[in-house]
Amino acid sequence: MSASPPNAMQLATTGFLARFEGNSGLRANPVRRRAAETLRHVGLPTQREEAWHFTSLRPLAGIAFQGAHAVHDHGHDLLARVAGIGGPRIVFVNGRHDTAASEMPDFTTVGEPALDETEDAVSLLNTMFADDGAHIEIPPGVDGETILLASLGVAGAEPVAFHPRHRVRLHPGARLTLIDVSLGRGTYLNNPVFDIEVAEGAMLTHLRLQDDATDAFHLSSVRATIASRGTYDSFALTLGARLARMEVHARLAGVHGAAHLNAAQLLGGIQHADFTTVVAHDAPSCASRQTVKNVLTGKSRGVFQGRIEVARAAQKTDGYQMNQALLLSPDAEIDSKPQLQIYADDVKCSHGATVGELDADQLFYLRSRGIAEPAARAILVRAFLAEALDPIAHEDTRAVMEHAIDAWWKGHNP
Amino acid sequence: MLEITNLRAGIEGKEILKGVDLVVPQGEVHAIMGPNGSGKSTLSYVLSGREGYEVTDGSVTFDGHDLLDMEPEQRAAAGLFLAFQYPVELPGVGNANFLRTALNSIRRARGEAELDAVAFLKMARTEIKRLAMADDMLKRNVNVGFSGGEKKRNEVLQMAILRPRLAILDETDSGLDIDALKIVADGVNALRGPEFSALIITHYQRLLDHIVPDRVHVLSAGRIIRSGGPELAHELEAHGYAGVVNEAA
Ligand SMILES: Nc1ncnc2c1ncn2[C@@H]1O[C@H](COP(=O)(O)OP(=O)(O)O)[C@@H](O)[C@H]1O
Ligand SMILES: [Mg+2]
Repeated sequence: MSASPPNAMQLATTGFLARFEGNSGLRANPVRRRAAETLRHVGLPTQREEAWHFTSLRPLAGIAFQGAHAVHDHGHDLLARVAGIGGPRIVFVNGRHDTAASEMPDFTTVGEPALDETEDAVSLLNTMFADDGAHIEIPPGVDGETILLASLGVAGAEPVAFHPRHRVRLHPGARLTLIDVSLGRGTYLNNPVFDIEVAEGAMLTHLRLQDDATDAFHLSSVRATIASRGTYDSFALTLGARLARMEVHARLAGVHGAAHLNAAQLLGGIQHADFTTVVAHDAPSCASRQTVKNVLTGKSRGVFQGRIEVARAAQKTDGYQMNQALLLSPDAEIDSKPQLQIYADDVKCSHGATVGELDADQLFYLRSRGIAEPAARAILVRAFLAEALDPIAHEDTRAVMEHAIDAWWKGHNP
Repeated sequence: MLEITNLRAGIEGKEILKGVDLVVPQGEVHAIMGPNGSGKSTLSYVLSGREGYEVTDGSVTFDGHDLLDMEPEQRAAAGLFLAFQYPVELPGVGNANFLRTALNSIRRARGEAELDAVAFLKMARTEIKRLAMADDMLKRNVNVGFSGGEKKRNEVLQMAILRPRLAILDETDSGLDIDALKIVADGVNALRGPEFSALIITHYQRLLDHIVPDRVHVLSAGRIIRSGGPELAHELEAHGYAGVVNEAA
């Protein structure tokens, strides 16, 4: 046992536990105490664990994150980047609700969340520390329209960690488009958990923009339960953070439910981003769709791990998974891990992966029409992403995402 | 306008063009005919600057400038246009956006004002009507799901919009029915004038019935083996390449 990673991760674990022990308010809650006990036991994951084989949390280990204090910074400059998205908004700065910057939507409250037990290490951290979050509850048959949930990280000299816990509940037949953006500056750990319930015939569209600061860490998890004829339709665009892992756990609990867990990861430099999904088909005749697009430059690394679990009862399951990567540099890397666990016999599940560079013939065709090489490359990258972006029905959000992609492209092609 | 002198070029170490000499004066339309594999497409790619070709000897000037020294986009800005024998599909790229980006890139490079979306669409619609193309052509992705004939017409549409000074048409007529052929020919003829030259690569004389060339050249095994007036095309049609090739040998 000469390898040092466990030691580094143990130190990191100890750091979080010490911060927890030092806060008697947090310790008063038995759910939090159990989460801390479990974490003490299992520790933050190392790459020896199968689920973390491709993603190392070691870059976190040397950083002494502090709990976020109240700040007098409303992150107006950050919010300006999503100014194109109109309508009500709930703003969190370093994990704390910012009343002044928010324009509270209907059906929404904020405050200390109800905590469920969690299992994986990243959600355990959230359970230990979560002390604020949004609680959105759309009544039966109501169209909640659009809500923007903005999480801003503003860290100065001292690295901060925040762990918001959001709860979104759509009653039968309700609808909502939830736009969740994370932006920031400085070194921080953004560790949100979303508990989502989509009841019968309800439809949640979850559009996510992760454009956290270059020095930030993003470890988020979504746990969604979808009832009969319900739809959870999500698209996550990852542009930011030095190290990011988005986990989405979707459980299709009633017949004819649908889960769309789509994502695009655009990475450069030394960025590492991991999109990990688990779709549990627990009921018959449900459909899950996952298309993940990666555009990788520099020495970046993209990971997609997708597990589809089909229970014995889940006949007529329709599962689809596709991971596509465009490698724009020889040092970029993509890892794909599909996992199908199928216990029913009448199912249709497929997965695939493609990896490639920009097409030389396409590039030449564009250039022969007078389009300079950098612009031609940008057009082809945008075309690669079209399948992911074009279906976004909420135009303001699509425009903001496209703008963010343009900015990303400019940043990586000076 | 275009002066090719003793051009030798190849790909992957294999010489394909073995000393091509050709001059296309300003305002003239020349045809290049020749058997399959004689190097016609290679010549069009070398002239437009596709990567992978090595020029081992000779020179090409365009309006007196060294063409071979320019990037493909610089050649386009200088007024060169290639209608591809096999137009490339661009999934995810809308035709209107593609055309406008191309046109404005060229206008910018020439120091001209860009066209806004409204002015562009107006112009594009006029050209589309003239080429008897379907209205939805602009909304579709570039060449994706186009029939062979639609792809060729889309090349001609690009030419009509970009208004080159020298157009190279690489077998734009192959796979076209007679109506489409006339439309393509009309598209080229509409541009004819003192400021426009063309190099028309074709197998068949029938396109040259509609676009009457000033000169016809025969390319065989990487060299121009004969040149003549429009009647040369008729001779080729009557006797085939074999006769001409043997005669030159
Ligand atoms: N990419 C390539 N690699 C190797 N040989 C090639 C390549 N492209 C063309 N050739 C060869 O070069 C010769 C000329 O081809 P081409 O210019 O396409 O002829 P044409 O257009 O007159 O039919 C042919 O023998 C062809 O096989
Ligand atoms: Mg050819």
